[in-house]
Amino acid sequence: MKKIAISISDLSKIYGKNAALSHGNFEVPVGTVCGFVGPNGSGKTTTIRMLLGLITPTEGSATVLGESIEHPEKYLPRVGAMIEGPAFYPGLSGRENLKVLAELGGFPLSRVDELLAKVDLADRGGSKFKTYSLGMKQRLGIAAALLPNPELLILDEPTNGLDPSGIQEVREIIRDLAAKGTTVFVSSHILSELEMISEYLVMLREGKVIFSGKTQELLASQKPIILAKPEYEVDLTKLASQVEAAGFSSVVIDSTLHITAPKEASAAINRAAFEAGITLSSISAIQQTLEETFFEMTGENT
Amino acid sequence: MIRVVIAEVRKLRRPSLLLGTIATVGGLSALFTSIVFLMINSKDGNSKRGEHVGVEELSQASGLIYGFRLVGIFLGIVALCIFASQTAQEYSLGTLRNLLVRQPSRMKILAGKFIAMNLFALVMVIFAGTMSIALSFALAGRAKVDTSSWTTGAARKLLFESTLNIFIATLCFGAVGMILGLLFRSPISAIAVGVLWTLILENILAALITSIAKWLPGLNFSNLGEGGNMILSYKHSLATSLAYLIISGGIAAILFKRRDVAN
Repeated sequence: MKKIAISISDLSKIYGKNAALSHGNFEVPVGTVCGFVGPNGSGKTTTIRMLLGLITPTEGSATVLGESIEHPEKYLPRVGAMIEGPAFYPGLSGRENLKVLAELGGFPLSRVDELLAKVDLADRGGSKFKTYSLGMKQRLGIAAALLPNPELLILDEPTNGLDPSGIQEVREIIRDLAAKGTTVFVSSHILSELEMISEYLVMLREGKVIFSGKTQELLASQKPIILAKPEYEVDLTKLASQVEAAGFSSVVIDSTLHITAPKEASAAINRAAFEAGITLSSISAIQQTLEETFFEMTGENT
Repeated sequence: MIRVVIAEVRKLRRPSLLLGTIATVGGLSALFTSIVFLMINSKDGNSKRGEHVGVEELSQASGLIYGFRLVGIFLGIVALCIFASQTAQEYSLGTLRNLLVRQPSRMKILAGKFIAMNLFALVMVIFAGTMSIALSFALAGRAKVDTSSWTTGAARKLLFESTLNIFIATLCFGAVGMILGLLFRSPISAIAVGVLWTLILENILAALITSIAKWLPGLNFSNLGEGGNMILSYKHSLATSLAYLIISGGIAAILFKRRDVAN
């Protein structure tokens, strides 16, 4: 039986008439990286705050590392968290800010310099937080979350404000921690990043959990698509009719026909095009990305 | 809880706050003590509300602490501002969530914060007292005040009692600042309301309706710092101050414990 790091059961948070989270249910197995996605206002941060004991649920229950969220003192010493961006004292240096949290949590102060080095802030640890760039602030937030050497790491948008190399560093940190058995629960708007690192996924829309499970299962459940591009653009309408006659639906996007069909249908489509006198300059089968799946499932659009 | 106190002290000892406060209370202490001795012959008075304190009175044992007592209420206002800003900024900066993740017991956070700020207030009061006493000795000769009574056991006893009373009054003002910080969750609002009420509204109310003066919190806190006076006894001020702090502190603590941390 799988050990569960996070489990929520019928968890709800109602503000007036609005449900920030409504009867949410999901589980995150121990030792996995779980992506937490949803449009803005879908209830991600509210859920994270309830898991950390900052917000009291209206109804339902949840456990973190086997302990009820009604007793956060039992599990928070084993949890690292960065919620809604880094929040620190602007007049204190990065090092002093981490020391405040280390002292509060009872962690050795020697961890502070180790972590500053880990997030590449060793040379700026003595500078005041208010002088940091957004990326540096974000890295300090990650260092603070790592202070307890956590069994569970909860990160809310950890790559906000980071440049590509910073994003890659965060990805490596998450992978390292996961390899050592740390469970990572991470929300991000960069879905391509989550697709790369998340074994599990929880998806929210308007306060409701619309998917929770393995990322690959979600992607595999999506309809495959074949992209067919005729040599001449004028043939697009004719090609669409041929494809429809063969029993497949299609849509034209950027001079290419997007046909909802399994990759095995490629040969039949190619043949139908040839018989109609259309030469295809390219034909390929693709699987939807997490981003495309997200937009389809949440009704969001770029 | 000791961990919370240590963490809070680390925040309070940052140079901008510590040196800024020391400079402020040092300046106030020097100002009020200087006025007492340098304006001893002024017909506009050399004490609060234009009162006059002469050479004879200052030459007694109580003369040693006269300047220190005058600065007492202002130490309270400084404490109110510091306690309010240090509490409310946890909300405005969003740092409260970090604190509560590392120490989930909200009551320990609150108590640890209060103890740490009390230590800070103690340093502030001792510094102001030291500054005032040193300046009193330095200026006594110029004002032709005899200081022989200032080194007696009676003077030392008065100095100890005064320091304790000013410290208690400072804590009362500070506690109000902390409560306002918890209620308003914004440093500017908490400080504005606290200072406006204490320095202006209470005095207007006391002047308009004299019967309620002895029940106003700020006037009672100030009276504690002065060790009581002919109109308002020390015991009355202590009991009234405690009642205010227990009731308002209790409400603020319940709010702090139950309120969602959503920012």
